This record gives sequence, C-alpha cells and structure tokens, in this order.
Amino acid sequence: MELTEFVIKSLVILVIFGLTLLIAMYSTYGERKVAGFIQDRLGPNRAGPFGILQPLADAGKMFFKEDFIPAQANKWLFIAGPCLAMLTALMTSAVIPFGDSIRYDGLEVAVQAVEANIGILYVFGIVSLGVYGVMVGGWASNNKFSLLGAIRAASQNISYEISMGLSIVAILMMTGSLSIREIIEQQHGGNWNIWYQPLGFIIFITCAFAECNRTPFDLPECETELVGGYHTEYSSMKLGFYLFAEYINMFISSAVISALYFGGYNYPGMDWVYAQLTSAFGDVAGHNVATLIGTAAFFAKALFFVFFYMWVRWTLPRFRYDQLMNLGWKNLIPLAILNIVITGTGVLFLKPIITALLN
Amino acid sequence: MQLTERSKQVSNKEMTLSEKAYLPAIVQGMAITLKHFFKKKVTIQYPEVKRYLGPVFRGRHILKRDEEGRERCTACGLCAVACPAEAISMVAEERQKGEEHLYREEKYAAVYEVNMLRCIFCGLCEEACPKQAVYLRHDEMVPVFTERDQVIWGKDLLVENMNNRYKREAWTKEEARQLDQKRAEGQAAGVEPRAIP
Repeated sequence: MELTEFVIKSLVILVIFGLTLLIAMYSTYGERKVAGFIQDRLGPNRAGPFGILQPLADAGKMFFKEDFIPAQANKWLFIAGPCLAMLTALMTSAVIPFGDSIRYDGLEVAVQAVEANIGILYVFGIVSLGVYGVMVGGWASNNKFSLLGAIRAASQNISYEISMGLSIVAILMMTGSLSIREIIEQQHGGNWNIWYQPLGFIIFITCAFAECNRTPFDLPECETELVGGYHTEYSSMKLGFYLFAEYINMFISSAVISALYFGGYNYPGMDWVYAQLTSAFGDVAGHNVATLIGTAAFFAKALFFVFFYMWVRWTLPRFRYDQLMNLGWKNLIPLAILNIVITGTGVLFLKPIITALLN
Repeated sequence: MQLTERSKQVSNKEMTLSEKAYLPAIVQGMAITLKHFFKKKVTIQYPEVKRYLGPVFRGRHILKRDEEGRERCTACGLCAVACPAEAISMVAEERQKGEEHLYREEKYAAVYEVNMLRCIFCGLCEEACPKQAVYLRHDEMVPVFTERDQVIWGKDLLVENMNNRYKREAWTKEEARQLDQKRAEGQAAGVEPRAIP
C-alpha cells in the first residue's frame, strides 16, 4: 500500500471513528431533548447554549463517581463486560461504506474502513458477539437482578437474530452479494430496496430494536422489574461505557438500515448532481464534492433512524416477556420465511417478465 | 353508573386483524407523540422568567414605614408570639426626644430579626400585627443563601425603603378577583398600586 493511500485511509478511518463517537455522545443529548419535546418539556438547556455541553457535563459526572466493584463479583469479568460491549459496538462500523470514494493524486480511496466482500456477515458476527458484553457483565455482578437481565438479553438477542438474518436473506437473494458496498451500489439513485422489501424492512427494524435492547424491547434493563437489569451493580465510567455502547449500537444499526434499505449514500438525482459538479469543478474535485454530498445523505438517513429509535422509545410501552418471545418466534420468523418465498418468486418469475416488458 | 362522558365499556372481544397486526396502533401512537413534539412547551424558565404569583403570595418580610417615613413597629412582640416556627425575635427600646421623625410610637424595635430558615411563610405575623407593620411581600422571595449568617435578616434588610415603597394592586383575594374580572372585561386600565392598606 502506498503512503498517500495509507494516509488517506487512516484519515477516513479516524474521521469515521471520531464521528461515530461524537454522534453516540450527542445521541444521549438528543435522546433527552426528544424525550422532553415529546412530553411537552424543553429538555436539557442549561449547559451551554441550548444545553449542547450537556454530554460533557454527563461524562464529567460519570468520571467523578466512585468506581465500585462488589465484593462477591468476579472482578476480571466485571471489568471485561463493559469493555466487550464497547469493543463490539465500535467494531461494526469497519465495514460500513459511508460514501463513494475520494480521488487524490490519481488514487481512488473508498470512504470505508475495510472493503470486505462478506460485509454483512461480518456485521452479523460482531452483533451476535455484542451480547457477550451484557451477558458477562450481568453474570459477573453476582446479583440476581443482573443475572436475570443478562439471561433475558441473551435469549432475546438469539431469538431476534434468527428473524433478522432471515429478513436479510431476501435482500441477498435480490442483490446476489454479501458486500454492503455492492448492495448500496445496486440501489443507485432512488432505486432503494425499501420499495421491493417493505415487509423485510419492518421485520429488520423490529429485530434491530430488539438487538439494541431499545424500548419496546428493553427487557434486559427494565428498571420497573429488574432495578437496572444487567448494569445494576455498575457505576462510574463502566456504566457510562454500557450506556455509550447502546448509543453506538443504535447509530450503527441505523447506518446498516439506511445502507440496506434506503440506498446508503444514494439519493434521487445524484447522477445529475454528479454531472454538474464534475463539469463545474473538474473530474477530481467534483467527484470528491459529490462523494461528500453522498456521505451527508448517508448520515442524514442514519440520523433520521436514530431519531426514529428515540421517537419509538418515548411512544411505546415495554413488551411483556412472553409477548416478546411470541412476537419473535411465532410472528416474525414465519413472516420472514414468507418474505423469502415471495422474494424468490419475484426474482424467479416476475423479474424476467418485467425486464422483458421494459426492453 | 356512568360518571363521565368518556367512560368506556371494557370488553374481552376477539381482536380484529388490524388490531392484531399492531402496526396501525403504533403508527397512531407515533402520530400523537409527533404532534406533541411540535407543540408549544409549557415550561416557564424560572430564573429568567418569573411568574406573577398573585397579590396574596407570601414572600419575604417587610417592616413598613408610614407615609411620613416613620417606622410603624412598636415592638409589642405579638408577631413573635403568633409565630408557630418561633422565627421572630426583637429587642424593644424607648423613643428618645428628637427621634419622633424616625419612629411613630413611643416604643420601637431596636433589633428585629427574622430567621429565614425557621420561617414557614404562614403569614400569622401579618395577621397578628396591630400596627400593620409587618407584611410578607407578594413580589419578592427570600434569595438563595450561601453563608449561614445570611439567614437571619435584621432591620437593615427588613425595613421598607421610602424611595422604593412596597405596593400592591389588590390586598385581598376578593379584590384581586374583582380586578381580574375588570381586566378581562377591559375596564381596569390604570390601577394605582396602594402603599398602605
């Protein structure tokens, strides 16, 4: 790898990493602000103008709290829990293409940490590792509430991963590729997968809510039943890491949703914009500006879904545990299989007919 | 027995398909929360914006002067006796010759102290006072204190400033209600605040 390419790639990775952390940080602020607005309040507005320094204040508070480890807890696993949660949350963003590519000095560098041809499999692998953070932390606390929360998290994630995977299979059948970049490229312009896969999208987003342990599926940490769930015994920045990991997961899953179903960095009229920009600024600068606009579109979509997460959280009450399991096993899995069958029929019979009619 | 118009008979009927699908209900609920998202917020941002608490609100104490600027208090001690929290204490003194312009009665309070931590702002001192000397202001509260010696208020803080007299538009609830009524009808334009009841 040449030096310039290495530098550009490193810069891209660092920027993506920093942006992920920044967005996760401001999601906590956004969450409270959205909650306030939905409940006819103003939300935090004291720290800085409009309260935009609130995340810093929260983090400062977290740092100065006592870092407590219970006497009967398994010390190493107790520390490993939040580390694992944070690690798995951050690892996922590696394969997500946030933009097209940057041209510099005759090089073309993709706005993506790693171009993996099994991208979506990687995401699923890391996401299923994500439950270890919760599981390990809950178990190591040596507390009944924590253990119950951890067990709930594990069973919930396993149950919902199945229907999540099945809902993705339909997309894979349509695109014929596991690479997220390839999936995005095929949704060029406004040709998004949501128009072909509305059912799959609903299943996927429901499962994403469950995977992120967000309301209405936040049973692992429901304070009305389990005190604090798996993080009952945690305090200080360890608790902060758990909460932070949740927000990172939220952003990453929003990014995956917008990549798989809403065209990623594609937006309607992008070809026209591209032609205008390249004719105005030349081949290199125009291409880079077009990439930036695409990246902005991607982030706008992802942030909308982050907002959607919050919106749902402050609207819906929590599911009961049996309802959760019924929904997962008895409704979503059969629906996902039905979706696969319908998509298969469409790909096999409808697509040749439509392409024949169009040509 | 039907108590309100909104009461609804609970039934255990089979749910329809759209109810079972759950999604229409979710969309409905989210529409409601989105509506609230854009609604005007009811919050009053306290230190910057202060609400008018009405003419009968009981805030901090004031020791009134009469229209010639003489202190009304005669140190009879009835307020201290009436006070259920025992927040008021005073030391009486006899008025000397040449002090007639300072004190209205022949006896006056040389020291008059209110412990603002003990005070419960019940207003019994107001009612007990035969000289109409002590009042609880409706427009000012006791500010937040950081030192313990800021808690006990002496005469320097309590006695009325003649350049900035304490006035009210209405002195009773009935008066306030009448005033509000007039305001609503657009009659009461210039209500002169009165200094002395």
